[in-house]
Amino acid sequence: MSLTQTAFGLALGLCLAAALAAVLLPRTARPAATGVLTAAGGAAAVAAGVSAAAGERWSAWLPDLLPLLGVRLAVDPLGGVFLAVTGAVAVCAAIYGIGYTRHGLAGRGVQAALPLFVAAMLLVPAAASVSTFLVAWELMAITSLLLVVAEHHRRAAVGEAGLWYAVMTHLGFAVILAGLAGLAAHAGGDAFDEIRAAAPAGTAATLIFLATFAGFASKAGIVPLHVWLPRAHPEAPSQVSALMSAAMVNMGAYGIVRVGLDLLGGGPAWWWLLVLGAGALSAIYGILQAAVAADLKRLLGHSTTENMGLVLIGVGAAGFFAASGSRALAALALVAALLHVINHSAFKTLLFLAAGSVLHATGTRDLDALGGLRERMPYTTALFALGALAASALPPGNGFVSEWLLLQSLVNSLPEGGVIHAVTMPLAVGVIALSAGLAIATFVKAFGVGFLARPRGEGAANAHESPPAMLGGMLLAAAACLALALAPTLLLPRLSAAVGGVLGAPATVTGEVTLRLHGIASTISPLLITLWLVAALVLVLAGLRLFAARRARREARLWDCGAGPMTARMEYTATSFAEPLGRVFDNVLEPESDIDVTPLKESAYLVERVRFHARVPDRIERRLYEPVLAGVAAIGRGATRLANGSVHRYLAYGFYALTGTLILLAVIT
Amino acid sequence: MVNLWQKIRKTGRVAEPPPPKEDGAVPEPAAAAAAELGGSVQIRHVDAGSCNGCELEIASAFGPVYDAERYGARLVASPRHADALLVTGPVTRNMEVALRRTHEAVPRPRLVIALGDCARNCGVFAGAYGVAGAVGDVVPVDVEVPGCPPEPEAIVAALRGLTGR
Repeated sequence: MSLTQTAFGLALGLCLAAALAAVLLPRTARPAATGVLTAAGGAAAVAAGVSAAAGERWSAWLPDLLPLLGVRLAVDPLGGVFLAVTGAVAVCAAIYGIGYTRHGLAGRGVQAALPLFVAAMLLVPAAASVSTFLVAWELMAITSLLLVVAEHHRRAAVGEAGLWYAVMTHLGFAVILAGLAGLAAHAGGDAFDEIRAAAPAGTAATLIFLATFAGFASKAGIVPLHVWLPRAHPEAPSQVSALMSAAMVNMGAYGIVRVGLDLLGGGPAWWWLLVLGAGALSAIYGILQAAVAADLKRLLGHSTTENMGLVLIGVGAAGFFAASGSRALAALALVAALLHVINHSAFKTLLFLAAGSVLHATGTRDLDALGGLRERMPYTTALFALGALAASALPPGNGFVSEWLLLQSLVNSLPEGGVIHAVTMPLAVGVIALSAGLAIATFVKAFGVGFLARPRGEGAANAHESPPAMLGGMLLAAAACLALALAPTLLLPRLSAAVGGVLGAPATVTGEVTLRLHGIASTISPLLITLWLVAALVLVLAGLRLFAARRARREARLWDCGAGPMTARMEYTATSFAEPLGRVFDNVLEPESDIDVTPLKESAYLVERVRFHARVPDRIERRLYEPVLAGVAAIGRGATRLANGSVHRYLAYGFYALTGTLILLAVIT
Repeated sequence: MVNLWQKIRKTGRVAEPPPPKEDGAVPEPAAAAAAELGGSVQIRHVDAGSCNGCELEIASAFGPVYDAERYGARLVASPRHADALLVTGPVTRNMEVALRRTHEAVPRPRLVIALGDCARNCGVFAGAYGVAGAVGDVVPVDVEVPGCPPEPEAIVAALRGLTGR
C-alpha cells in the first residue's frame, strides 16, 4: 500500500468517523471529538496530497460503491496539490471549530455536516470519472448549503443567503453536468483516462468548455456569477466561511484546469483569453467592492472573488501560452496560479477565522462599530495583522511571492502570440497592479478601522480574547502563512512537477533560498528580502532611538483642537475611509446616498431630524440579476391564477386532462 | 484654465511696494525672542471671540496687496506647526480653555500676538457677561497691535517686527 493510498483512505475514514461521532456523542463531548477527528482527517489529507504531489500516484476503481459505473478515484500531482490545500484548511477550521460553538453550532446537524463537507471536498480533486466527480461535487454543494444556513433561526439574512447560494450552485451544477455528460458521451466512456484518450475537438469541445467554465466560475465566485459569494460566505459560521472561501472556491479553479487543460488538452487561444478576461474583471470588481465594504466578512468574501480572479488570470495566461506554443511560460503561469491558490487559502483561512473571533467576541461584523480591539484581543489582532499583510501582497507576506511570479510570467511573455498577445499581457499586468494597490487600501481599512483606535460600539468595548482552541486554529494558519512567505522554495519544485504533468513541460522554478525561473533571467529570494527588511527596520529604530534620546522630551497633551477629549465618534470609520475611493471609482461603483430631512410639525424651516444613508449596491446584481428575478416572480404570480384555490376548477382540470389523454390515445392507436 | 492664465497675465502684480521697515513696532523682549526663529514665523490664528472685523483685516494683510508672506510670516493650520499665536477678540468664557490649550500646544519658543483693541483690553465688550477677560489675562502676551480693527499696515508692521525683514 502506498502512502498516498493509506493517507487518503485514512482521511476519508476519519472524516466519516467525525460525522458519526457528531451524531452519536452527547452535546458536551461532541465539538471536541468531531473537531479532533476532522483535524486528524485533514492532516491525513495533507499527507496524501503531498505524497501525490511528490509523484506517488494512486488510483482505484470501486465498482460496488455506486450503482452502474462505480466510484473511480485517482490522485495525481495536480489533484494532490488541491487535496493538500483542502486538508490543511480543514485542520485549521476543525481545531478552531472546537471553540466556536455558540448559538446552537454544537448541534448534531451542523457538527455532522462539517466533516462530510470536508470529505466531499477531498473527493472532488480525487475523482477520476465524470460520475464520481459529479457526485462529489453535489455532495460538496449540499453539505456546504446545510452549513451556510446553520444560523438561519438567528438572522433573516441567512435564509436569503442560503437561497441565493442554493440556486446559484445548482445552476452551476446543471451546466457542469451538461458539459461533463457531453464529454463522457463523446468519449464513449466515463473515466477521465478514456476521455483524455478521445478528447473532442471543434465546436463540441468549445461548447463543453464554455458550459463547464460557467459552472466552475460560479463556484469560484467569478464576476458576473459571484453574487452568491459575498452573501453566503459572511452568513455561514466562521470556520465554514474559512472552509468555503479558502478551500471550496479552489475547486472552481481546479475544475477549469482539469477539464480545460487536462481533459480537453488545451484548446484554442480564445478560450483562455476568455478565462483571463473573466479573471481580470473579477480581480478589479472584487477588490473594488471589498474596498468600499463595511462588513468585515463581506469584505473578505469580495476579496476572495479578487484572489480567484488573480488565479484565473494565471490559468488563462497558462492556457494562452500553451496554445501559442511557449510551454515553459505556460508552466510558469500555472505554477504562479497554483501558488496563489495555496497562498490565498492560507491567508484567507487566517483572516476568516480572525473575523470569526471578532464576531464571537463583539457580536458584530460591522467595521463601523468595531475598533479598539488591540488592547482587548491582542492575539487575534496580531494574527489578523499578519493575514492582512499577506493579503495585501507586500514583500514580507506570502501573497507577494505568487503575484510576483504571475507578473514575471506575464511581463516576460514572448511576442509569439501577435497583436492579441501584445495588447492582453500589459493590460493583465495593469489589472494585477491595480488590484494589488486597492488590496492594500482594503486591508489597511480592515485592520486600522477594525482593530486600532478606540471602540466605536458597545460590543467592541466589551470584547474579550477567544478561547485557546480558536487561537490554536488561527495560529496554525498563521504558521502556514509565515512558512509560505519565507520558504516558498520548499514548495515550488513540487508545484512545478505537478504542473509539468498537466502541460508536459519541465520544472520551471528551482532554487533553495533564491528562486530561479527557468528560461527567464529572473531571481527572487523571499527569505533574504524579509531579512533585509527586518535589518532595515532595526537600523531605523535604533537610529531614531539614538537621535531622539539626545533631545529633551516634553510630555504634551494630545492636540484635540482645544475642544476637550476626542470621542470615538470622531474616528475614521470604514465608510468614511472608503468614501474617496467610492468617489474615484464613481463610474464603476455608482454609490448611492440619500438625505432624509424631517421638519418639525410647527414649521418647515425647523428640522427635527436629518438622516444620511449611503450604500454601495452591487451593480452587476442590480442590472443582471434583478430583471431576471423580477421576470421569474412575474411568471410565478401569473401561474397562481391557474390555481386559485377553487375545487371546481381543479376538478375541471382533471376532467379535461383525462379527456384530452383519451382523445390523444384514440387518435394515436 | 486658459481664462485663469489670461486673468493672471492681465492683472499683473498688485502687491504694493514694501514700505520702509519701522523700528519699535514690537517691544524689545519679543523681538529678541523672535530673532531665534530666523526670519520665518509660522502663525496660528485663534478667534477667541472676535466680531470678525480683525479677521477681515488679517485676510487683507495676507492678501495680494499687502502680502505679509513676503516678509516671512505665514498662517498655518495647527498650533503644532506654529511659532506664534495671533489672537483676536476678547476671550469669551467658551474659548478660555480652548485658548489656554492652544497656547499649550505651541512648541517653544512661542509668541502671542494680541490683535485689536478687544484682545488688548476687551474694548467695547469690557465687563460683558460672556467675556472672561483680555488675552493677557489668559495667556502671556508678547506683542500688541492696537486698533478697532487695526489697519493691515499695522498688522504687517508688527509681523515684520517679529520676522525682522
